[in-house]
Amino acid sequence: MRNITKVFGDTVANDGVTLDIYRGEILSLLGENGSGKTTLMNMLSGIYFPDGGEILINNEPVMISSPREAFDHGIGMIHQHFKLVDVFTAAENIVLGLEEKGKLDMEQAENKIREICNTYGFDVDPKQKIYNMSVSQKQTVEIVKVLYRGADILILDEPTAVLTPQETDKLFAVLRNMKKDGKTVVIITHKLHEVLAISDRVAVLRKGQFVGEMITAQTNEQEMTNMMVGRAVELNIDRPEPVDPKPRVKVEHLTVKGPDGVMKLDDVSFTANTGEILGIAGISGCGQKELLESIAGLQRVEKGSIQYIHESGESEELLGKDPLRIAEMGVSLSFVPEDRLGMGLVGSMDLTDNMMLRSFRRGKSLFTDRKTPRALAERVVDELEVNTPSVSTQVRKLSGGNVQKVLVGREIASAPTVLLSAYAVRGLDINSSYTIYDLLNQQKEKGVAVIYVGEDLDVLLELCDRILVLCGGKVSGLVEGRKADKRQVGMMMTKLGGGSADE
Amino acid sequence: MSKQIKEPFLHITKRKEMPARRAWAIRISAIVAALIVCAIVTTLTTGLDPIAVYSAMIDGAVGSSRKVLVLFKELAFLLCISLALTPAFKMKFWNLGGEGQVLIGAWATSVVMIYLGGVLPNGLLILVMLIAAIGAGAVWAMIPAFFKAKWGTNETLFTLMMNYVAIQLVAYFIILWENPKGSGHVGIINQSGREGWLPYIGTNSYLFIIIFVAIITIGMHVYLKYSKHGYEISVVGESQRTANYVGIKVDRVIIRTLLLSGAICGFTGWMMVSGTDHTITTSLAGGRGFLGIMVSWLAQFNSIAMVFAALLLVFLEQGAGEISTSCGLNQSFGDILTGIILFFIIGCEFFINYIVHVRKSSGKEEA
Amino acid sequence: MFDLVSFIPRAIIQGMPLLFGCTGETISEKAGSLNLGIPGVMYVGAMCGVIGAFFYEHSHQGTDLNPFLAIMIPFLSCLIGSLLMGLLFAVLTVTLRANQNVVGLAMTTFGVGFGNFFGGSLMKLTGSSVPSIALSKTSIIFSKSLPFANDMGWFGKIFLSYGFMTYLAIVIAIITAYILKRTRVGLHLRAVGENPATADAAGIDVNKYKYFAICIGCMIAGLGGLFYVMDYASGVWSNDAFGDRGWLAIALVIFTLWKPNIAIFGSILFGGLYILHLFIPGAGMAVKELYKMLPYVVTILVLIITSMRRKREHQPPESLGLPYFREDR
Repeated sequence: MRNITKVFGDTVANDGVTLDIYRGEILSLLGENGSGKTTLMNMLSGIYFPDGGEILINNEPVMISSPREAFDHGIGMIHQHFKLVDVFTAAENIVLGLEEKGKLDMEQAENKIREICNTYGFDVDPKQKIYNMSVSQKQTVEIVKVLYRGADILILDEPTAVLTPQETDKLFAVLRNMKKDGKTVVIITHKLHEVLAISDRVAVLRKGQFVGEMITAQTNEQEMTNMMVGRAVELNIDRPEPVDPKPRVKVEHLTVKGPDGVMKLDDVSFTANTGEILGIAGISGCGQKELLESIAGLQRVEKGSIQYIHESGESEELLGKDPLRIAEMGVSLSFVPEDRLGMGLVGSMDLTDNMMLRSFRRGKSLFTDRKTPRALAERVVDELEVNTPSVSTQVRKLSGGNVQKVLVGREIASAPTVLLSAYAVRGLDINSSYTIYDLLNQQKEKGVAVIYVGEDLDVLLELCDRILVLCGGKVSGLVEGRKADKRQVGMMMTKLGGGSADE
Repeated sequence: MSKQIKEPFLHITKRKEMPARRAWAIRISAIVAALIVCAIVTTLTTGLDPIAVYSAMIDGAVGSSRKVLVLFKELAFLLCISLALTPAFKMKFWNLGGEGQVLIGAWATSVVMIYLGGVLPNGLLILVMLIAAIGAGAVWAMIPAFFKAKWGTNETLFTLMMNYVAIQLVAYFIILWENPKGSGHVGIINQSGREGWLPYIGTNSYLFIIIFVAIITIGMHVYLKYSKHGYEISVVGESQRTANYVGIKVDRVIIRTLLLSGAICGFTGWMMVSGTDHTITTSLAGGRGFLGIMVSWLAQFNSIAMVFAALLLVFLEQGAGEISTSCGLNQSFGDILTGIILFFIIGCEFFINYIVHVRKSSGKEEA
Repeated sequence: MFDLVSFIPRAIIQGMPLLFGCTGETISEKAGSLNLGIPGVMYVGAMCGVIGAFFYEHSHQGTDLNPFLAIMIPFLSCLIGSLLMGLLFAVLTVTLRANQNVVGLAMTTFGVGFGNFFGGSLMKLTGSSVPSIALSKTSIIFSKSLPFANDMGWFGKIFLSYGFMTYLAIVIAIITAYILKRTRVGLHLRAVGENPATADAAGIDVNKYKYFAICIGCMIAGLGGLFYVMDYASGVWSNDAFGDRGWLAIALVIFTLWKPNIAIFGSILFGGLYILHLFIPGAGMAVKELYKMLPYVVTILVLIITSMRRKREHQPPESLGLPYFREDR
C-alpha cells in the first residue's frame, strides 16, 4: 500500500500511509482507538475506496472497489461486527453469495469446511445454527468463510476483543497454522502482549499516520507503547482543585454479563466523590458503557452494589431501580450517553421537545408544559452557542458538536448531583470540545460528582482528578490525574495492573 | 494505470428537508396525475366520457343537502376510525385490527340493546351500550398489545387475525339473533320502541355523530400534540432506547395506547349501531378499518390533515355510488379509483423523502 | 357417521385456493416482503382468468372449445394480471421504499374493486338476470379429473377426483419448499429476508431477489383465484363470493411457519374447518360460523406460542416488513 489517504468529511482518517505486507507473515497493526487502523484495512478489503495512493499486489497495481473484488485478489477481512444470518447453519453462511455452477450441494460444502477445519485446527460444526453459537464460534465461522473462498491474505479486526484468554490462545494456534500454510495474516489490535505473542512484525499507526514498523522479536512493550501513544501533548485544559470532596457514589464488586454470557464488568469497585472529575480510561469495549448504564439504572447487573450517598450522609442502593425510580428517590442523576441520537435525544423532535425528555412529567397537569423547556432550549442555544436555525429545528439536522451541546445542556440543566458522560467530545471539533470541558469543570465546581469516560489519554490526564483504568472489564488501576504518566496509563489499559515500566 | 469505477446510473440519497409547501405541491400533483390516469382508465374500460363520470361523481357526493349530510356522516365514521388507529401508528404499532375492534364494539352495543332494551330506561340503556362498546373495543385491541409488550408477538399479523375472529363471532350471533328466522339478518333491532336508538334530529341522528367525531378529532389532536401521554407515545415510537433512558415504561405505554385505540374503535361501532344502522352485519365496518390506516398514514398522523385525507376517500366512495346509477357502472369502480389515487400518493412520498441523482457521465470515470 | 370419503375431497378443494395464496405469500415473505395485497392479487388473478375465458368462450358459441386454448387463455391472462400486481407492489415497496403494509392494503382495496367491477361489467355484457357469470364450458375442462378416478372407489375419490390445478398447487408447493430449502437461489432468498445487509455484503443483489420473489409470489397467488372460479365454483363468478380467503391464506403462512410443504396439509385442514359444519350432524347454522373462526384462532395461538418459545426457526423472517436501503447501514 503506497501513500494511502482517506478523508471522511473534515477528518483525515489515513494520511499518506505506506505499508508493506509480506507473504507468509503475521503482521500486527497497532494503534490507539481512532488511529485509522480499521479504515486502512477496509480499503484493502474493498469496503472503502482510497481518496489517494495506490494498492499493489505482487508489484501489480490493483483496483479494489468491492469486497468481492478483494476476494478475487485473495484478500478477506473479518470485521468486528459479524455479517452472519442467525437462523442459518454455519455451512449455509459460508456458501452464501457464492455463484458456483451446478446445484447447491451442502454435503460437499460441509466436507470442504471440515477439511479446512482439519487443516488449520478449527472447531466448527457445519450444521450448527449461528444463533446457538458463542461469539468465538461465530468468529471462527467468519474466518472459515474467508478461507473457503480461497483467501491468501486474512485481515482480522481486533479479533480478541470479544474472546476469553483460552479462546484467544486457540485462535492464535490457528493463525500460526495458517502462517505455516503460507497464508498472510494481518491482525489489528491494541493489546501489546498479543502483538508479542503472535506476530512477526508490527506496524504502528498514530492519528492516521504511519509511525514505524519493527520486527517483533527486536522490540518490547515499552517501545511499542511509546510509539503508539506518542509524546504527551499539552492541551491546557483547566483543572480547578477539588473543593471538599466527599463520597457520592460508591460502587462495590459490580459484575455484569453481556447478553451472550461474556463478562463485561468483573468485580469493579470505586468511589466517585463530589466536586471531582473521575476519569474512566480503557480500550473501547472494556465495560465503560456497562458501568455507566449500571449506575443510570439501565443495565441488568449480575451482582455487586451501587450506593448513592446523600448530602445527609445516608446511603441508598441504586441497583435494581429503573431511571424513574432513581429520580423519584430524589437522586438527580444526569447521563450523557455515547449514542446521542439513539438514546440521549430523539432525532426527529425539535430542541424544545428534546429538552422536555427529562422534565415532561413534572406537575400534575395532563398536558405538557412547553414554555419552560422552550426557555431552557433558548438558554442552552444562547449560553453554549449552539448553531441552529431555531429551537424548533429537528435535532437530527444539527451537526455533531451542536447535538452534543444540546444534550449536555439539557443534562446539566436539571442541577445534577451526579453527571455521567461517555465519550463526551467524540466527533467534536476543538472549540466544541473545550466548551464541553468547561461545562464539566463548572459542574465539578458546583460540587457535582462527574464521571468522565474518555478515549483520549491526553485529555483524561489534564481534565480528571483521578483516573480509573479498566482493562477487559476489570479495574487495572486508579491513578492521580495530576501525577500520572501517560505511558503508565497506556500500559495499564493494555495489561492488567500495567506491570512495571521497565519490564 | 487508469482505474475504472463503475458507478450506478441512478444514485439515491435521503433528502435532508423539504419545505412543507413543496411537499404538499408534490402530493397534490400526484393526486392530479392520479385523476388523469383514472380518467384514461375510465375511458379505456368503459368508453365513457371521463368528464361526465367525474361530474356525476361530484353530483353524487355533494349534489344535494341530503347527500352532503350523508357524506359528512360517512366522513365522520372513517375519520373516527383513522383517529383511533393514529396513536398506535405513531408508536410504530401496526394496528390492522380496526375492522375487528369496530365490529366487536358494535356487537357489544347490540348485545345490550337486545337483552336490556325495554328493561332499562332509554337514557341509561344508551349509556350502558356505550360503555359496553368502548370496553369491548378496548379489550379487543389490548389482547395483541399485551402479547406485543410481553413477548414481542408480531402485532401486524395478530391484529389482522383478530379481525376475522371478530367477524366470525358476530356472524355466529347474527344467526342466533336472526329476525325473521332463516333470513340470515338480524333485522332492525327494537324497531317498534326504538330502545337504544340515538335520538333523531330531523329524520336521523347523523348530526350527533358528526358532532361526536368533531370533538374526538380536536381531542385527539390535543392529546397527541399537547398531552404527556402523547409525548410519551412519540418518544416510544421514535426510539425505545431513549424511552428507557428517560424512564418511560414502554410496555405500559403500548398497552395504554392500544386500550385507547380500541376504545375509540368500539365507540365507532356504537355510533354505527345506535346512531345509524340499528342492526348489525359482519360487513358493518366495511373495510374502513383498513382505509383508516391509509388515511392516518397519508396524513402523516396529523389529526387535522386526516380530515382532508378521509374526505378525499369518502368523496370517491360516495361519488362512485352515483355513477353506478347514472352511468350504469358498478359501485366497485370507486374502489379502483381509490386504489389508483392511493398508489400515486404512496409513490410520491419517495420523491419527498429522497433525492435521485442522475449521473451524467457514461458511468465510468477516471480516478 | 362421519363421512370421511366425501369430507376429504371437499376439504381439499376448499383448501387449494389457500394453498396457492399461501405458497405465493411465503415466497414473498421469505424475501422480507409482507404483501398484504395478496387478497387483492387473488381477486385480480381470478378476474383476469374469467375475462380471458369469457371472451374465448363467447367467441366459440355453439362450437366445442379447444381444450388446450381453453386452459391456456385464462391461465395466461391470470398470470399476467397477477404479475402486474406484483410489479406494482415491488416498484412501490422496493424501488420507491413505500411502507409495505400501506401499499398492501391499498392493493387489496384496488384488487377487490377490480374483480367486482369487471365482474359487474361482464354481467352486463351477458345481460343475464342473475348476478353472476357462468363459464361452465371452461370450468368443465379445468375440473376434468382422471378418467379412471371414478372406477377406483374411495381411493379414486380421495386422491384422483380433482382437476389438474389441485395437483399443480401441490406440485408448486413442493417445488417451492425444495427451492427454498435446498437450492442456492433459496438460500440467497432467505438471506435477503433475514438479513439484507449481510446478503448485500455477500454480493447478493437484494433488490433483484425481492422483485422476483414478490412477482413470482403474486403469480402463484393469482392462480389461487383462478382455481377458485374455474374449479371450486364451477366457473361461476359472483361478486364478493371469494370472500376473505386471501386473508386466510396469509393466516396459513403463519400457521405453517413459512413452510409450503406443511402448507399442503395446513390448507386441507383449514379447508376442512371451513366446511366441517356440513358433516357434523345437528350442528346449526350458527355453530358453522364458530368453526370458520377456528383457523384464525389457531393461527393466533401459533403466533403467540412461537413468540413465547422464541425458537429461532419458527419466527417470521427477521427483516419482514422492513425496507432495505444500503446507505442506512
